[in-house]
Amino acid sequence: MAPPKTRRPGFSRRAQYGLFIGYVVAVGGVILAVLLLVVAIIDPTGFRALRGAALDVTTPISSAGRGVVRFFTDSGDTISHYFFAASQNEGLTQQLAAAERELIEARAIRYENQRLKRLLKLSDEFTDEVTTARIVSSSLDSSRRLATIAAGSSDGVRVGQPVRAPEGLIGRIVETGVFAARVLLLTDGASNVPVRSVRNGIPAMATGRGDGTLDIKPLEVGENPFRKGDIFVTSGTGGIFGPNIPAAIVVRVTREETLARPLANPARADFAIVQGIYMPSADAPLETGVAPPSDSLQVLPPPPPPAGVQATKVQAANVEGAHTQAAPGR
Amino acid sequence: MSRIAFNSAAVRRKHLRREYVPVVSTILACLLSLLPIIVSSPVIPDFGFLMLIAWRLLRPEMWAPALALPLGLFNDLVGGHPIGQSMAIWTSLFIIFDIMDSRVLFRDYWMDWLIAAFAITGYVFADWFIGTLMGNSAGFPVMLPQLGASILAFPIVARFVLALDRWRLAR
Repeated sequence: MAPPKTRRPGFSRRAQYGLFIGYVVAVGGVILAVLLLVVAIIDPTGFRALRGAALDVTTPISSAGRGVVRFFTDSGDTISHYFFAASQNEGLTQQLAAAERELIEARAIRYENQRLKRLLKLSDEFTDEVTTARIVSSSLDSSRRLATIAAGSSDGVRVGQPVRAPEGLIGRIVETGVFAARVLLLTDGASNVPVRSVRNGIPAMATGRGDGTLDIKPLEVGENPFRKGDIFVTSGTGGIFGPNIPAAIVVRVTREETLARPLANPARADFAIVQGIYMPSADAPLETGVAPPSDSLQVLPPPPPPAGVQATKVQAANVEGAHTQAAPGR
Repeated sequence: MSRIAFNSAAVRRKHLRREYVPVVSTILACLLSLLPIIVSSPVIPDFGFLMLIAWRLLRPEMWAPALALPLGLFNDLVGGHPIGQSMAIWTSLFIIFDIMDSRVLFRDYWMDWLIAAFAITGYVFADWFIGTLMGNSAGFPVMLPQLGASILAFPIVARFVLALDRWRLAR
């Protein structure tokens, strides 16, 4: 049907103006919202205070219900365990025997490892634990995979810190409130984590696919070097994520791509451990400007911005007359 | 002869119910995204959005298009979307619905579902597109389960909204 020529609601001037102003506000609002969106895309950390406050207000609601949901998830497991007890027992006994053999080997290797490290005068770079918190909810309807934990800036949580469970890596902090923080999960499409295979040490990049799986891309070209069941740990390359945090296990391998799933399931993890940002070169001494000795697997990132004074000193030592060429802050 | 109300308090209460049930029910539906469930892929529909379009399709004259702005801001803050996403999509959708209402002679249940299906598809696509602008590399097929679930959930939400509307306007 052709639309009517006028949209006048009647003869009342007041009603006519009201309708008109309503549309003006709506169109202006859409323009404003698009501008806000552009700001959010350019600077995802913008409106931090507002978003943090919303996070703080809403997290207690999710926290309260979490126990109930856990009860039902766990009781489902308990029932299925009851039915498959015999076959599971058999399988577990075999696994236990295999695990005990490997444990003895691992102890021997650990001892040897310590001895070699002492010879090389390497110390373990230890990333400190910031806090431990419960995971209370996750994004349900959005294309992003974000979870909420019940710890915020009052517990020392800062944007960028890695979050792990005892089983493995969960993600990293992208947004903080005072009592709550949002975690970008490993499976989010914007999450990239440098990992390496435990079996052969081949480095790779684990990228989320948004549907609960990860895409493992080897850094070197050629035949796909990974097999089903390969376990990946973080390599520590590039900082942020410390080395040797269990990350993913390969579930499917094709010629082009390697599909993995994260080892830690945020839905099952009791607690999330927030760790300090891993900064290998900031912790290392920088007195002579010579790169500190490191093992061949670890590639050092460029010096991070916070160490501005040290970086300038090193550059001044290397380049004649270089001054105030500090790296731009993030 | 039955009377509509016996005293001024009852009149006030019924007025509040008539005025605010749609907005409050939409806000509560937005709050459903706080459910303490952790899912690894987007499968659960955005109930706030479904509630919004169900009310809008049922009562076209009730809401001015600008009302979608504050509701969208609330949904963005609660759902963890980038601020402005729901504000922009919801309000422009309301304007599109107004244009559509001036052209379409009649709507029935199936037409409503079809219109809602288009609106949901647009919404899910826009959500995914804004996500890609913000660095999400996941492809659109990831969103298909949520798209299907949302379209199938719309009749249920519409039925619920209809029941609420009857209660709202009941004497």
